Amino acid sequence: MMNKNKEPHENTNTARRKFLAGIAGAAGLSIASGVTLFSFAEANDKTGPVSSKVRWGMLIDTLKCADGCNDCVSACFKENGIGSTGRPDTDPQWIRKIEVRNPKTERQISLPMMCQHCADPPCVDVCPTGASFKRADGIVLVDKHTCIGCRYCMMACPFQARSFVHEDLTDQKTDIPRGKGTVESCTLCVHRIDKGGTPACAEACSDTAGKAILFGDLNDPNSEITRRVEKFASTQIRADLGLDAGIRYRGI
Amino acid sequence: MWHLGKVILIYIFSGTVFVFGFSIIVAAGERVATPEIPKALATIEEGHAEIMRRNHMDLMIHKRNKTVHEGIRSEKYSLKACISCHAVLGDDKKPVSAASPKHFCRTCHDYVAVKVDCFQCHASKPPPSLVLDRGSSSFLSKQIQEYLR
Repeated sequence: MMNKNKEPHENTNTARRKFLAGIAGAAGLSIASGVTLFSFAEANDKTGPVSSKVRWGMLIDTLKCADGCNDCVSACFKENGIGSTGRPDTDPQWIRKIEVRNPKTERQISLPMMCQHCADPPCVDVCPTGASFKRADGIVLVDKHTCIGCRYCMMACPFQARSFVHEDLTDQKTDIPRGKGTVESCTLCVHRIDKGGTPACAEACSDTAGKAILFGDLNDPNSEITRRVEKFASTQIRADLGLDAGIRYRGI
Repeated sequence: MWHLGKVILIYIFSGTVFVFGFSIIVAAGERVATPEIPKALATIEEGHAEIMRRNHMDLMIHKRNKTVHEGIRSEKYSLKACISCHAVLGDDKKPVSAASPKHFCRTCHDYVAVKVDCFQCHASKPPPSLVLDRGSSSFLSKQIQEYLR
Protein backbone atom coordinates (compact mmCIF):
# COMPACT_ATOMS: atom_id res chain seq x y z
CA MET A 1 0.00 0.00 0.00
CA MET A 2 2.70 2.43 1.01
CA ASN A 3 4.82 1.78 -2.10
CA LYS A 4 2.19 3.03 -4.42
CA ASN A 5 4.49 5.43 -6.25
CA LYS A 6 3.11 6.84 -9.41
CA GLU A 7 5.41 7.04 -12.42
CA PRO A 8 6.20 10.65 -13.22
CA HIS A 9 4.21 11.70 -16.21
CA GLU A 10 5.96 12.37 -19.53
CA ASN A 11 5.22 16.06 -19.64
CA THR A 12 5.69 16.82 -15.99
CA ASN A 13 6.45 20.46 -15.37
CA THR A 14 10.14 20.78 -14.63
CA ALA A 15 9.60 23.66 -12.24
CA ARG A 16 7.42 21.37 -10.20
CA ARG A 17 10.17 18.77 -10.23
CA LYS A 18 12.68 21.28 -8.96
CA PHE A 19 10.31 22.27 -6.24
CA LEU A 20 9.79 18.65 -5.23
CA ALA A 21 13.53 18.05 -5.26
CA GLY A 22 13.86 21.05 -2.96
CA ILE A 23 11.46 19.73 -0.41
CA ALA A 24 13.08 16.29 -0.70
CA GLY A 25 16.34 17.90 0.36
CA ALA A 26 14.68 19.65 3.26
CA ALA A 27 13.18 16.40 4.48
CA GLY A 28 16.53 14.64 4.22
CA LEU A 29 18.09 17.31 6.39
CA SER A 30 15.43 17.00 9.02
CA ILE A 31 16.18 13.30 9.39
CA ALA A 32 19.92 13.92 9.47
CA SER A 33 19.60 16.53 12.23
CA GLY A 34 18.74 13.86 14.72
CA VAL A 35 14.97 13.54 14.72
CA THR A 36 14.15 10.34 16.51
CA LEU A 37 13.08 7.44 14.38
CA PHE A 38 10.10 5.74 15.88
CA SER A 39 8.87 2.27 15.32
CA PHE A 40 5.21 1.67 15.80
CA ALA A 41 3.84 -1.45 17.32
CA GLU A 42 0.64 -2.57 15.71
CA ALA A 43 -0.45 -4.34 18.90
CA ASN A 44 -2.84 -1.60 19.99
CA ASP A 45 -4.23 -1.08 16.55
CA LYS A 46 -7.51 -2.60 15.60
CA THR A 47 -6.67 -4.04 12.23
CA GLY A 48 -9.83 -5.87 11.16
CA PRO A 49 -13.03 -4.30 9.87
CA VAL A 50 -16.14 -4.27 12.05
CA SER A 51 -18.20 -7.43 11.84
CA SER A 52 -21.90 -8.11 11.41
CA LYS A 53 -21.60 -10.73 14.16
CA VAL A 54 -22.07 -7.77 16.48
CA ARG A 55 -25.23 -5.67 16.69
CA TRP A 56 -24.78 -2.72 18.96
CA GLY A 57 -27.89 -1.54 20.72
CA MET A 58 -29.27 0.01 23.85
CA LEU A 59 -31.97 -0.84 26.29
CA ILE A 60 -33.46 2.26 27.88
CA ASP A 61 -35.43 1.67 31.03
CA THR A 62 -37.92 4.52 31.20
CA LEU A 63 -38.94 3.42 34.69
CA LYS A 64 -35.51 4.50 35.87
CA CYS A 65 -35.21 7.59 33.68
CA ALA A 66 -35.76 10.55 35.98
CA ASP A 67 -38.03 13.40 35.02
CA GLY A 68 -35.98 16.52 34.39
CA CYS A 69 -32.63 14.72 34.42
CA ASN A 70 -30.54 15.84 31.47
CA ASP A 71 -27.26 14.07 32.22
CA CYS A 72 -27.24 11.96 29.04
CA VAL A 73 -27.81 15.00 26.86
CA SER A 74 -25.08 17.08 28.46
CA ALA A 75 -22.65 14.14 28.41
CA CYS A 76 -23.32 13.67 24.69
CA PHE A 77 -22.82 17.33 23.92
CA LYS A 78 -19.61 17.42 25.93
CA GLU A 79 -18.23 14.23 24.36
CA ASN A 80 -19.01 15.29 20.81
CA GLY A 81 -18.17 18.96 21.15
CA ILE A 82 -21.68 20.16 20.36
CA GLY A 83 -22.18 23.71 21.49
CA SER A 84 -25.06 26.06 21.18
CA THR A 85 -24.96 28.75 18.53
CA GLY A 86 -27.45 30.79 20.53
CA ARG A 87 -30.11 29.96 17.96
CA PRO A 88 -31.93 26.97 19.42
CA ASP A 89 -34.12 26.48 16.35
CA THR A 90 -31.14 25.40 14.29
CA ASP A 91 -28.86 24.00 16.99
CA PRO A 92 -27.71 20.44 16.31
CA GLN A 93 -29.36 17.92 18.55
CA TRP A 94 -27.97 14.40 18.70
CA ILE A 95 -30.02 13.36 21.72
CA ARG A 96 -32.94 15.00 23.47
CA LYS A 97 -35.13 14.25 26.44
CA ILE A 98 -38.84 14.03 25.75
CA GLU A 99 -41.74 13.81 28.13
CA VAL A 100 -44.65 11.63 27.08
CA ARG A 101 -48.05 11.73 28.77
CA ASN A 102 -50.99 9.40 28.32
CA PRO A 103 -54.02 11.73 28.50
CA LYS A 104 -56.36 8.95 29.61
CA THR A 105 -54.36 7.65 32.54
CA GLU A 106 -52.27 10.78 33.16
CA ARG A 107 -49.24 8.49 33.26
CA GLN A 108 -46.16 10.50 32.40
CA ILE A 109 -42.79 9.18 31.36
CA SER A 110 -39.51 10.73 30.41
CA LEU A 111 -37.14 9.21 27.88
CA PRO A 112 -34.08 10.06 25.83
CA MET A 113 -34.61 10.10 22.06
CA MET A 114 -31.86 9.82 19.51
CA CYS A 115 -30.94 7.89 16.36
CA GLN A 116 -32.51 4.47 16.80
CA HIS A 117 -29.86 2.72 14.68
CA CYS A 118 -32.41 0.80 12.65
CA ALA A 119 -31.54 -2.46 10.94
CA ASP A 120 -33.41 -1.14 7.90
CA PRO A 121 -32.80 2.59 8.14
CA PRO A 122 -34.98 4.82 5.94
CA CYS A 123 -32.26 7.49 5.97
CA VAL A 124 -29.96 5.07 4.15
CA ASP A 125 -32.68 4.18 1.64
CA VAL A 126 -33.22 7.77 0.57
CA CYS A 127 -29.66 9.10 0.57
CA PRO A 128 -28.79 10.06 -3.02
CA THR A 129 -25.01 9.90 -2.54
CA GLY A 130 -24.60 6.90 -0.27
CA ALA A 131 -23.33 9.14 2.52
CA SER A 132 -25.93 7.82 4.95
CA PHE A 133 -24.91 4.25 5.65
CA LYS A 134 -25.13 1.43 8.14
CA ARG A 135 -21.95 -0.08 9.43
CA ALA A 136 -21.69 -3.87 9.59
CA ASP A 137 -22.11 -3.75 13.37
CA GLY A 138 -25.44 -1.93 13.08
CA ILE A 139 -24.37 1.66 13.71
CA VAL A 140 -26.02 4.13 11.33
CA LEU A 141 -23.68 6.96 10.36
CA VAL A 142 -23.22 9.82 7.93
CA ASP A 143 -20.07 9.80 5.85
CA LYS A 144 -19.61 13.54 5.79
CA HIS A 145 -17.06 13.27 3.01
CA THR A 146 -19.87 12.35 0.63
CA CYS A 147 -22.81 14.15 2.29
CA ILE A 148 -24.08 16.98 0.11
CA GLY A 149 -26.40 18.36 2.77
CA CYS A 150 -29.65 17.72 0.89
CA ARG A 151 -31.39 16.74 4.16
CA TYR A 152 -33.53 14.10 2.54
CA CYS A 153 -32.52 11.73 5.36
CA MET A 154 -33.82 14.21 7.91
CA MET A 155 -37.21 14.07 6.24
CA ALA A 156 -37.16 10.27 6.00
CA CYS A 157 -36.27 9.67 9.65
CA PRO A 158 -39.42 8.91 11.68
CA PHE A 159 -37.62 9.84 14.90
CA GLN A 160 -36.40 13.31 13.87
CA ALA A 161 -33.02 12.18 15.01
CA ARG A 162 -30.86 14.05 12.55
CA SER A 163 -29.58 17.62 12.53
CA PHE A 164 -28.05 19.85 9.93
CA VAL A 165 -25.03 22.01 10.62
CA HIS A 166 -26.01 25.47 9.47
CA GLU A 167 -22.99 27.47 10.50
CA ASP A 168 -19.22 27.34 10.24
CA LEU A 169 -17.65 25.49 13.13
CA THR A 170 -14.24 25.89 14.70
CA ASP A 171 -12.31 23.90 17.29
CA GLN A 172 -14.04 20.61 16.63
CA LYS A 173 -12.89 17.68 18.71
CA THR A 174 -10.21 15.55 17.10
CA ASP A 175 -12.26 12.35 17.16
CA ILE A 176 -15.50 13.97 16.05
CA PRO A 177 -15.16 15.86 12.79
CA ARG A 178 -18.20 18.06 12.18
CA GLY A 179 -18.76 20.75 9.63
CA LYS A 180 -21.14 23.14 7.98
CA GLY A 181 -23.35 21.79 5.22
CA THR A 182 -23.55 18.21 6.43
CA VAL A 183 -26.15 16.22 8.32
CA GLU A 184 -25.21 14.58 11.59
CA SER A 185 -26.77 12.47 14.28
CA CYS A 186 -25.97 10.17 17.17
CA THR A 187 -23.00 7.99 16.21
CA LEU A 188 -23.45 5.75 19.26
CA CYS A 189 -20.04 7.25 20.12
CA VAL A 190 -18.47 5.10 17.44
CA HIS A 191 -15.00 6.43 18.25
CA ARG A 192 -15.36 5.03 21.77
CA ILE A 193 -16.92 1.74 20.66
CA ASP A 194 -14.02 1.11 18.28
CA LYS A 195 -11.69 1.36 21.25
CA GLY A 196 -13.83 -0.96 23.35
CA GLY A 197 -15.69 1.78 25.20
CA THR A 198 -19.34 2.62 25.72
CA PRO A 199 -21.32 5.64 24.53
CA ALA A 200 -21.00 8.78 26.65
CA CYS A 201 -24.73 8.92 27.46
CA ALA A 202 -24.78 5.35 28.78
CA GLU A 203 -21.70 6.07 30.86
CA ALA A 204 -23.19 9.28 32.26
CA CYS A 205 -26.41 7.51 33.15
CA SER A 206 -24.60 4.71 34.95
CA ASP A 207 -22.61 7.23 36.96
CA THR A 208 -25.74 8.74 38.41
CA ALA A 209 -28.54 6.96 40.24
CA GLY A 210 -30.52 6.38 37.06
CA LYS A 211 -28.68 3.57 35.30
CA ALA A 212 -31.48 3.73 32.77
CA ILE A 213 -29.33 3.28 29.66
CA LEU A 214 -27.77 -0.12 29.06
CA PHE A 215 -25.46 -0.45 26.08
CA GLY A 216 -24.39 -3.78 24.61
CA ASP A 217 -24.29 -6.33 21.84
CA LEU A 218 -27.76 -7.58 20.96
CA ASN A 219 -26.26 -10.51 19.07
CA ASP A 220 -24.24 -11.82 21.98
CA PRO A 221 -26.38 -14.31 23.95
CA ASN A 222 -24.29 -13.74 27.09
CA SER A 223 -24.43 -9.97 27.14
CA GLU A 224 -26.36 -8.17 29.85
CA ILE A 225 -28.56 -6.41 27.29
CA THR A 226 -29.58 -9.67 25.58
CA ARG A 227 -30.43 -11.28 28.90
CA ARG A 228 -32.55 -8.32 29.93
CA VAL A 229 -34.30 -8.12 26.57
CA GLU A 230 -35.09 -11.83 26.92
CA LYS A 231 -36.36 -11.48 30.46
CA PHE A 232 -38.38 -8.26 30.36
CA ALA A 233 -40.84 -6.87 27.88
CA SER A 234 -39.27 -4.11 25.81
CA THR A 235 -40.44 -2.31 22.74
CA GLN A 236 -39.10 -0.30 19.84
CA ILE A 237 -40.57 3.10 19.15
CA ARG A 238 -42.68 2.98 15.98
CA ALA A 239 -42.24 -0.79 15.84
CA ASP A 240 -45.10 -0.74 13.32
CA LEU A 241 -42.70 0.61 10.70
CA GLY A 242 -40.71 -2.61 10.83
CA LEU A 243 -37.36 -0.84 10.94
CA ASP A 244 -35.95 -3.09 13.69
CA ALA A 245 -34.46 -0.33 15.80
CA GLY A 246 -31.36 -1.07 17.82
CA ILE A 247 -32.58 1.13 20.67
CA ARG A 248 -35.16 -0.67 22.82
CA TYR A 249 -37.30 0.93 25.49
CA ARG A 250 -38.78 -0.59 28.58
CA GLY A 251 -41.85 0.76 30.35
CA ILE A 252 -43.53 2.66 27.53
CA MET B 1 -2.90 44.73 -50.48
CA TRP B 2 -3.28 47.55 -48.06
CA HIS B 3 -5.14 45.23 -45.78
CA LEU B 4 -2.42 42.59 -45.92
CA GLY B 5 0.19 45.15 -44.95
CA LYS B 6 -1.91 46.18 -41.98
CA VAL B 7 -2.27 42.62 -40.86
CA ILE B 8 1.46 41.99 -41.15
CA LEU B 9 2.16 45.15 -39.16
CA ILE B 10 -0.17 44.08 -36.41
CA TYR B 11 1.49 40.68 -36.42
CA ILE B 12 4.94 42.13 -36.05
CA PHE B 13 3.81 44.54 -33.39
CA SER B 14 2.05 41.98 -31.27
CA GLY B 15 4.94 39.54 -31.72
CA THR B 16 7.32 42.17 -30.43
CA VAL B 17 5.15 42.88 -27.43
CA PHE B 18 4.93 39.17 -26.70
CA VAL B 19 8.64 38.48 -27.00
CA PHE B 20 9.54 41.64 -25.19
CA GLY B 21 7.11 41.05 -22.37
CA PHE B 22 8.25 37.47 -22.02
CA SER B 23 11.90 38.44 -21.94
CA ILE B 24 11.20 40.93 -19.17
CA ILE B 25 9.72 38.16 -17.05
CA VAL B 26 12.59 35.82 -17.86
CA ALA B 27 15.19 38.52 -17.30
CA ALA B 28 13.84 39.35 -13.90
CA GLY B 29 14.20 35.63 -13.09
CA GLU B 30 11.94 36.08 -10.15
CA ARG B 31 9.73 33.26 -9.10
CA VAL B 32 7.62 32.77 -6.07
CA ALA B 33 9.94 31.52 -3.37
CA THR B 34 9.54 27.82 -2.71
CA PRO B 35 7.97 27.27 0.68
CA GLU B 36 9.93 26.21 3.70
CA ILE B 37 8.47 22.92 4.80
CA PRO B 38 8.28 22.75 8.60
CA LYS B 39 10.12 19.80 10.09
CA ALA B 40 8.07 17.01 11.57
CA LEU B 41 8.59 16.34 15.27
CA ALA B 42 9.29 12.66 14.68
CA THR B 43 9.91 10.31 11.78
CA ILE B 44 7.76 7.26 11.61
CA GLU B 45 9.61 5.29 8.96
CA GLU B 46 12.32 5.63 6.34
CA GLY B 47 11.08 7.07 3.08
CA HIS B 48 7.90 8.41 4.67
CA ALA B 49 8.38 11.92 3.30
CA GLU B 50 9.07 10.72 -0.25
CA ILE B 51 6.03 8.44 -0.29
CA MET B 52 3.74 10.98 1.29
CA ARG B 53 4.84 13.82 -0.93
CA ARG B 54 3.41 12.09 -3.95
CA ASN B 55 0.73 9.87 -2.46
CA HIS B 56 -0.67 11.55 0.65
CA MET B 57 -3.99 12.40 -1.00
CA ASP B 58 -4.62 8.83 -2.16
CA LEU B 59 -3.51 7.30 1.11
CA MET B 60 -5.67 9.66 3.13
CA ILE B 61 -8.77 8.83 1.09
CA HIS B 62 -8.00 5.13 1.43
CA LYS B 63 -7.59 5.51 5.16
CA ARG B 64 -10.67 7.65 5.58
CA ASN B 65 -12.91 5.05 3.89
CA LYS B 66 -11.39 2.30 6.01
CA THR B 67 -12.00 4.30 9.16
CA VAL B 68 -15.47 5.66 8.50
CA HIS B 69 -17.00 2.55 6.96
CA GLU B 70 -15.01 -0.29 8.50
CA GLY B 71 -14.10 1.22 11.83
CA ILE B 72 -10.36 0.60 11.41
CA ARG B 73 -8.79 3.25 13.57
CA SER B 74 -5.10 2.39 13.37
CA GLU B 75 -3.20 5.01 15.28
CA LYS B 76 -0.12 4.88 13.10
CA TYR B 77 -1.93 6.04 10.00
CA SER B 78 -4.45 8.28 11.69
CA LEU B 79 -4.94 11.89 10.73
CA LYS B 80 -4.49 12.57 14.44
CA ALA B 81 -0.94 11.23 14.26
CA CYS B 82 -0.20 13.27 11.13
CA ILE B 83 -1.45 16.44 12.79
CA SER B 84 0.43 15.78 16.03
CA CYS B 85 3.77 15.03 14.37
CA HIS B 86 3.51 17.88 11.89
CA ALA B 87 2.34 20.45 14.41
CA VAL B 88 3.94 23.86 13.97
CA LEU B 89 4.25 26.00 17.05
CA GLY B 90 3.18 29.61 16.83
CA ASP B 91 4.56 32.61 18.66
CA ASP B 92 2.65 31.58 21.77
CA LYS B 93 4.41 28.17 21.69
CA LYS B 94 1.11 26.50 20.95
CA PRO B 95 0.34 24.55 17.77
CA VAL B 96 -1.15 26.75 15.10
CA SER B 97 -4.42 25.88 13.38
CA ALA B 98 -5.03 25.79 9.65
CA ALA B 99 -6.13 29.42 9.92
CA SER B 100 -2.45 30.30 10.11
CA PRO B 101 -0.29 30.29 6.95
CA LYS B 102 2.42 28.62 9.06
CA HIS B 103 0.34 25.45 9.34
CA PHE B 104 2.19 22.44 7.89
CA CYS B 105 -0.41 21.64 5.24
CA ARG B 106 -0.80 25.22 4.22
CA THR B 107 2.87 25.90 3.51
CA CYS B 108 2.71 23.68 0.43
CA HIS B 109 -0.94 24.02 -0.42
CA ASP B 110 -0.80 27.81 -0.47
CA TYR B 111 2.20 27.62 -2.79
CA VAL B 112 0.52 25.32 -5.29
CA ALA B 113 -2.86 27.04 -4.82
CA VAL B 114 -4.72 23.85 -3.93
CA LYS B 115 -7.46 24.39 -1.39
CA VAL B 116 -7.66 22.00 1.56
CA ASP B 117 -11.20 21.28 2.68
CA CYS B 118 -10.24 18.80 5.43
CA PHE B 119 -10.19 21.37 8.19
CA GLN B 120 -13.73 22.58 7.69
CA CYS B 121 -14.61 19.51 9.76
CA HIS B 122 -11.37 18.02 11.09
CA ALA B 123 -9.29 19.51 13.87
CA SER B 124 -6.17 21.08 12.38
CA LYS B 125 -4.14 21.05 15.57
CA PRO B 126 -3.39 18.19 17.96
CA PRO B 127 -5.66 17.60 20.94
CA PRO B 128 -4.25 19.08 24.17
CA SER B 129 -3.10 15.64 25.36
CA LEU B 130 -0.91 15.21 22.27
CA VAL B 131 0.75 18.59 22.11
CA LEU B 132 4.46 18.07 21.57
CA ASP B 133 7.22 20.22 22.93
CA ARG B 134 10.26 20.40 20.72
CA GLY B 135 12.05 22.77 23.05
CA SER B 136 12.50 20.39 25.97
CA SER B 137 15.25 17.79 26.07
CA SER B 138 12.81 15.04 25.28
CA PHE B 139 10.73 16.94 22.80
CA LEU B 140 8.12 14.24 22.59
CA SER B 141 5.80 14.31 25.53
CA LYS B 142 5.10 11.11 27.39
CA GLN B 143 1.63 10.88 25.95
CA ILE B 144 2.78 11.10 22.37
CA GLN B 145 5.51 8.57 22.98
CA GLU B 146 2.93 6.16 24.31
CA TYR B 147 0.64 7.13 21.50
CA LEU B 148 3.26 6.55 18.85
CA ARG B 149 4.47 3.30 20.36
